[in-house]
Amino acid sequence: MKQKRKQTQWLLIFIGIVFITIMLVLPLATVLVYALRQGWNAFYGAINDDYTKMALSLTLKTTIVVVMINTLFGIFASWAVTKYRFRIKHILTTLIDIPFSISPIIAGLVFILVFGRIGWAYPFLEKFDISIVFATPGVHIVTIFVTFPFVFRELVPIMTAQGSDEESAAALMGAGWIRIFRKITFPHIKWGLLYGMILCTARALGEFGAVSVVSGHLRGKTVTLPLHVEILFNEFKITSAFAVSSILVIIAVIILIMRNIVEYRVKKEER
Amino acid sequence: MYVELRNINKKFGNFQAADNISFSIEKGSLIGLLGPSGSGKTTILRLIAGLEDPDSGDIFIDGKRVNDLEPSHRGIGFVFQNYALFRYMTVFDNIAFGLEVQKKDKAYIKKRVSELISLIGLGGLENRRPHQLSGGQKQRVAFARALAPNPALLLLDEPFAAIDAKVRKELRSWLRETINKVGITSIFVTHDQDEAVEVADKIIITNHGRIEQMGTPVDIYKNPTTPFAAKFIGESSTIENYYNLHGFSRDEGYDKAIIRPEFVSISKLGKEIYPHASEQGIVKEVFFRGNMLEVKISIADNEIIAYRSLEDEELVPGEKISVLIYRLYLYNEDSVRLIENEILTSRPEFSI
Amino acid sequence: MAKSILFFKKKKGNIIPGFGLSMGITITMLSLIVLIPLFSIIITLSDTTLEDFWQIISDEQTIAAYKVSLTCAGIAAAVNFIFGILLAWILTRYQFPMKRFVDGLIELPFALPTAVAGISLTTLYSDKGWIGSIFSKWDIKISYTKTGITIAMIFIGIPFVVRSIQPVLEKLDLQYEEAAEVMGASRFCIFRRIVLPEILPAALAGFGLAFARSIGEYGSVVFIAGNIPYETQITPLIIMNKLEQFNYSAATSIALVMLIFAFIILFSINLLQSLISRIANG
Repeated sequence: MKQKRKQTQWLLIFIGIVFITIMLVLPLATVLVYALRQGWNAFYGAINDDYTKMALSLTLKTTIVVVMINTLFGIFASWAVTKYRFRIKHILTTLIDIPFSISPIIAGLVFILVFGRIGWAYPFLEKFDISIVFATPGVHIVTIFVTFPFVFRELVPIMTAQGSDEESAAALMGAGWIRIFRKITFPHIKWGLLYGMILCTARALGEFGAVSVVSGHLRGKTVTLPLHVEILFNEFKITSAFAVSSILVIIAVIILIMRNIVEYRVKKEER
Repeated sequence: MYVELRNINKKFGNFQAADNISFSIEKGSLIGLLGPSGSGKTTILRLIAGLEDPDSGDIFIDGKRVNDLEPSHRGIGFVFQNYALFRYMTVFDNIAFGLEVQKKDKAYIKKRVSELISLIGLGGLENRRPHQLSGGQKQRVAFARALAPNPALLLLDEPFAAIDAKVRKELRSWLRETINKVGITSIFVTHDQDEAVEVADKIIITNHGRIEQMGTPVDIYKNPTTPFAAKFIGESSTIENYYNLHGFSRDEGYDKAIIRPEFVSISKLGKEIYPHASEQGIVKEVFFRGNMLEVKISIADNEIIAYRSLEDEELVPGEKISVLIYRLYLYNEDSVRLIENEILTSRPEFSI
Repeated sequence: MAKSILFFKKKKGNIIPGFGLSMGITITMLSLIVLIPLFSIIITLSDTTLEDFWQIISDEQTIAAYKVSLTCAGIAAAVNFIFGILLAWILTRYQFPMKRFVDGLIELPFALPTAVAGISLTTLYSDKGWIGSIFSKWDIKISYTKTGITIAMIFIGIPFVVRSIQPVLEKLDLQYEEAAEVMGASRFCIFRRIVLPEILPAALAGFGLAFARSIGEYGSVVFIAGNIPYETQITPLIIMNKLEQFNYSAATSIALVMLIFAFIILFSINLLQSLISRIANG
């Protein structure tokens, strides 16, 4: 009886590990092995390429802008949703969550419809000589759209669990909202906030579909790191494509590790 | 009058939480708002604090109408039911918070906080966080925090609800003493009659958004003016056809009666002092209540409760006994009347 | 307008300051970034007649793309449903070496940029790749076929089912299982009768999320799909092609169909979930 159970247990673990290996470990290994297939020099050459550097710089800039804006939004929106009672709260939460359930292609498309040549905001933009689509602002704004709910989503459960008694007590003593947020709410949510920012960073770094629609693939201008990977791969520069990918993989692994550490802290705070 | 409510009405949807409430409170008194849950007692407290706005009516504190005043400008201290201590601040910072908001200078804050910490007897725990404190200690800190900015009125929402039964008794007398020492006008909300009776100078009984009775605990206990007040304060059993009991005759205005255990004396058959005024009953159950026995008796199709000393002879369930009822409260929808056992009162020569 | 302000009016009984400010920023940003751009779909389509709309969305090639998207996403979500339960089970109930590592790895599809996953899967399953070369011995192609699309969709869907079930299994009281075991139930019977009903709503939620995500996914699928009309064209690719031809009304029409798909999936999963929990709770 006991023996048989041990056997089933190991069989299930074995199946699970095989699945994980084929589906997750091998793709990851492929990136690293192909990146180094032609030796360190080829790898270094691909990374040291000017276009790669420009793509990396655009990706990092986009990520910083996006994370800052979505953090700001996440804090205000989760504060509004959890600290007050008002009608249509449920609808508001659903609306904020929309970008999660929308295909990145459609996310890109809607901004073409607003700011593109046929977009209703186009005449206005032309007058002031602003370009959004096929320019960096477009890359920023679609990435903001795609990662819009991340910080909000992490903060809402934490703030809901915390309740609003402490804030009410402080308000009753006459404290203003800045003081209340800084001294009372922020210490509760700091790890959750960091966690949401990490998730947002991961998605912003890697966003491909939506950016691909609005970027116009202008090399050195609107090409982010993932788009650069695409271009290299389509030009059959396989080694270069994987070398550039490996930068993203390394960042992704660092993010995963940070995520685990912060998740541990969040769980500890909740206790 | 220090705090006064005039014709206050408050509805939540279809729920009438305050139904034309008016009362006033003298300076320096300690008032208990007592009622079952949903009776509107917490709403009254929140209305005074400004946490809710009344639909109509006026609220006065210290002669000033405060309806349009922000809660933080009403000069009140509020102790929340679960204390709402700032979890990420030390005991010292918690108490100092209100003073910091008022931009008091550092030296004054330090002096005032240490004064309060010694008042609540938590010297040496200034740097603890709330999660390192016991329930009773938390309550003391919440109390000190509310007092720190020198409010004119202290409001406490179910101050003992979150505390273990063991510590509760001790804290009740502590709170009463401390409030008397500070001399601040205070109103607290509770659903526990023992708590209200023990702590408050005056009790306001609420029910269905209305005030049933206001008075000192003894006054309400002895002279309840409404059936609800009679039943809510003290132990009681309700009986029908009271006029079948010896010594009580029918009053057409009333068809039910309330009997308190203190109104009942029981004795073994044949050992009764007033056989003519007594009833025969059957012991249903006997409960040990620590310092006495509580006896459930069946009498004329009704069940009533009586107390018996542990020194007295033992009773067993099923035993026939003699039951003497001294007095009872008659009641109907809206009034209460105390009547005495006629046989006892008409024979003064038998009284001791 | 006055009415809409009333909607956001906070109820009394709350004295925390900052409502107007936080609500103002929330509504403004939500409108600018999400609502107004999405509304553009309707503005754009207002020029399109119903017949044109119908013709675009019922075009033969487009319908083939819906079929590819739906079948591949459905199969992928089903595979993830089964393996997701298995993985969540071994991660919560058993101890084995490198468990923490495996647990962290589940998140990889969330953290890894989709384009990287796409080119990596394409290479891995191509004729020369580690796995593709094995299958090519029997003349089975994976990259640039529906099988390849399904594999890419499995990849991106893995975290959804596992992460939906894990918390439920962690909370599930072992006493139920122990009680059943004492009564002599077999392990499989215990799983089927006691554990499965508990985790089914969460597993279905995971299934729905993985399904919806797979239909909309672009980056990890586009490389391995290969863009062969009628064969391996997925719906987002059709939209992309229409955009490249500057055929905005067609792109927008198909986008609307996809949005409706996503909505129907999430709605029916919600319905199914509430049905199951109602049966479970009597």
